[in-house]
Amino acid sequence: MTSTRPRTGPDTVTGTDALRWPRGIAPVRFGGFSTRIELRAAALTVLFLLVALAVAVWSLTVGSAGIGVAQVWSAFTGTASTGTSRIVLEWRLPRVVFALLGGAALAIGGAVFQSITRNPLGSPDIIGFSSGAYTGALIAGLIATGSAVGTSIGALTGALLTGVAVHLLAFKRGVSATRIVVIGVGLSMFLSAFNSWLLTTMQLEAAITAASWGAGSLAEIAWGNVLPVVIGLVVCGPVVLWLAADMRMLEMGDDAGRGVGVRAETVRVVLLLMGVLLIALVTASAGPIAFVALAAPQLAMRLTGTPGIRILPAAVFGALLLAASDLVARTVIAPTQLPVGVVTLCLGGAYLVWLLATSRRGSRR
Amino acid sequence: MTVLERPDAGSRVGGGRRATAVVVGVILLAALVIASLFVGSGDIPVADVWSALWHDTGSSTDLIVRDYRVPRTLLCVVVGIALGLAGAIMQPLTRNPLADPGILGVNAGAYTAVVFAAAILGTAVNITLVICALAGALIAALVVYGVGNRGPAGGTPTKLVLTGVAVNAVLTGISFAVTLVEPAVFDRVRFWSAGSLQGRQFDTLWAVLPFVAVGVVIALCMPKALNALSLGDDLAVALGSRPAATKAAGVVAVTLLCGAATAAAGPIAFVGLMVPHAIRSIVGPDQRWVMPLSLLGAPILMLTADMLGRVVVSSELPVGVVTAFLGAPVLIALTRRKAVRGL
Repeated sequence: MTSTRPRTGPDTVTGTDALRWPRGIAPVRFGGFSTRIELRAAALTVLFLLVALAVAVWSLTVGSAGIGVAQVWSAFTGTASTGTSRIVLEWRLPRVVFALLGGAALAIGGAVFQSITRNPLGSPDIIGFSSGAYTGALIAGLIATGSAVGTSIGALTGALLTGVAVHLLAFKRGVSATRIVVIGVGLSMFLSAFNSWLLTTMQLEAAITAASWGAGSLAEIAWGNVLPVVIGLVVCGPVVLWLAADMRMLEMGDDAGRGVGVRAETVRVVLLLMGVLLIALVTASAGPIAFVALAAPQLAMRLTGTPGIRILPAAVFGALLLAASDLVARTVIAPTQLPVGVVTLCLGGAYLVWLLATSRRGSRR
Repeated sequence: MTVLERPDAGSRVGGGRRATAVVVGVILLAALVIASLFVGSGDIPVADVWSALWHDTGSSTDLIVRDYRVPRTLLCVVVGIALGLAGAIMQPLTRNPLADPGILGVNAGAYTAVVFAAAILGTAVNITLVICALAGALIAALVVYGVGNRGPAGGTPTKLVLTGVAVNAVLTGISFAVTLVEPAVFDRVRFWSAGSLQGRQFDTLWAVLPFVAVGVVIALCMPKALNALSLGDDLAVALGSRPAATKAAGVVAVTLLCGAATAAAGPIAFVGLMVPHAIRSIVGPDQRWVMPLSLLGAPILMLTADMLGRVVVSSELPVGVVTAFLGAPVLIALTRRKAVRGL
């Protein structure tokens, strides 16, 4: 990226002191809006997107019904039999679409969290979000037995309360990035203990259902679950993208950000709200899916070679990660389906071990 | 008062304080052991418990006391000793005040191995199961220790804890997958997965006792070497200690203690964190005092937690849940304290 042969971009400021862009970066201007595109990152993002779509199509053909690509296509064009089109369009498609969109939403949320805490480990999984959501869902399950809406509301409340608690506990003349992680771990363990006690008080069937939700599963996803995530992405996605430049400035510290005109507190609160909302919407439908929010932004950053976290590559990689994990979850010990959360837990945990084993410093930043 | 500073502050703490700690510890432990025999579900009158302890008439009261409460109490003591001592070894060994077999994933390793073994062999606690647990504990300990100590930031409390979390996550995922595939195993381990001594009998005690005993013997040979090691490898060598040998012995002892404890009672966290810290705050950081007193302090904590779990709610609360309730705030408080370097 650091080239000795800088090149003038096509639409840069005209005049004798034209801004010189390094090779591989294309600036873009539309009226008052300007951004720059890192070409390698953009190309790889498109590639990830294609792979994610390929995985999605593949997982449409996977299952006990033995439906091939041709039949999937005919289901889309409306020429397939009623049974085939029901399996493809009503059962498999919502799950695959949810995997793609939910993965993207989780990754955007994780990217926001990591950027704000300036810590690759500052993701909602680590700071107790998932355990809190699970606790909330379990309590909701005990109060309003088995209603999906109750579970969702309980999960959201639990997750938000846990997030607030972790921040308050970690606050001591500012929130230190490492302290928040260890305190999140402590609170997670506290809540996990509480969760396992709640599980022992339930009937076996209810306990298995709850444990399955608690691991994060896409098995019960229908079109009704996809809609909230779509709305969340449509509303929150553009806001996060719009604030991405400010977010990047804040990574250098509040003072540096304010120095270039970023309203630090406002931007941070809005971003946090968006991040929490995106993750909570996915969690409410599918349960806490571990580590996608942690791993996707970091992996995307490493693979695309960008110097910091970028929203769009992270989102696309998150979609790919969750779609692929769900495919693995459905096939690895078929006919039994694993919850996708178990797959992401194993993959993400292994990734975290690798990250820790290879990092030259304690944390990347 | 961390492991990292002043490992030999013996001059600061008077002998009187240590003697008092020992006496109070012994009395407290004896009192709790006796209380544990009398407390439990199914209100049995004190006199009946007393007579059941001495004469086996074959009545149901005698059965409950002799076959359930006595082994449970003894097992509680043994598991407590194992976990407390493991924590007391791990903290100077990793030079990390936050080290604990539960937090660093050693217990999760043992647990995963036990879940696999239970899926194949059944859940009775016998020598085979304990050996599986030992293997799992050893692998997890080596991975966490190896990865957590790599790189310039290696060995910082944060990195070790995070490695523990990551390894914990992978292992939890694997064991969860196994229990989902085998619903029978899920049903059998779901009480035990939170860490519980409920319904454990003498066969469990005899299966794990030899391993814990060997672990305790190894551990009690190590205090001087651990004192030296907590100064750092270079100073330890200068003092005539052999850090590599100490570390190897420490890993063996931790494996034996944690593997056996987890096989008996499930993964129990925070005992190994809380007890050595509490004891260090009383007698100072000298391992020659911390380790023997952990032998008293950890069973006291375990018995208290187990009894709380039996008394506080109508359905029994697993002991691991109680220790997490007590211990997680301790972890948070330690993290907030200035003395924890690197945090």
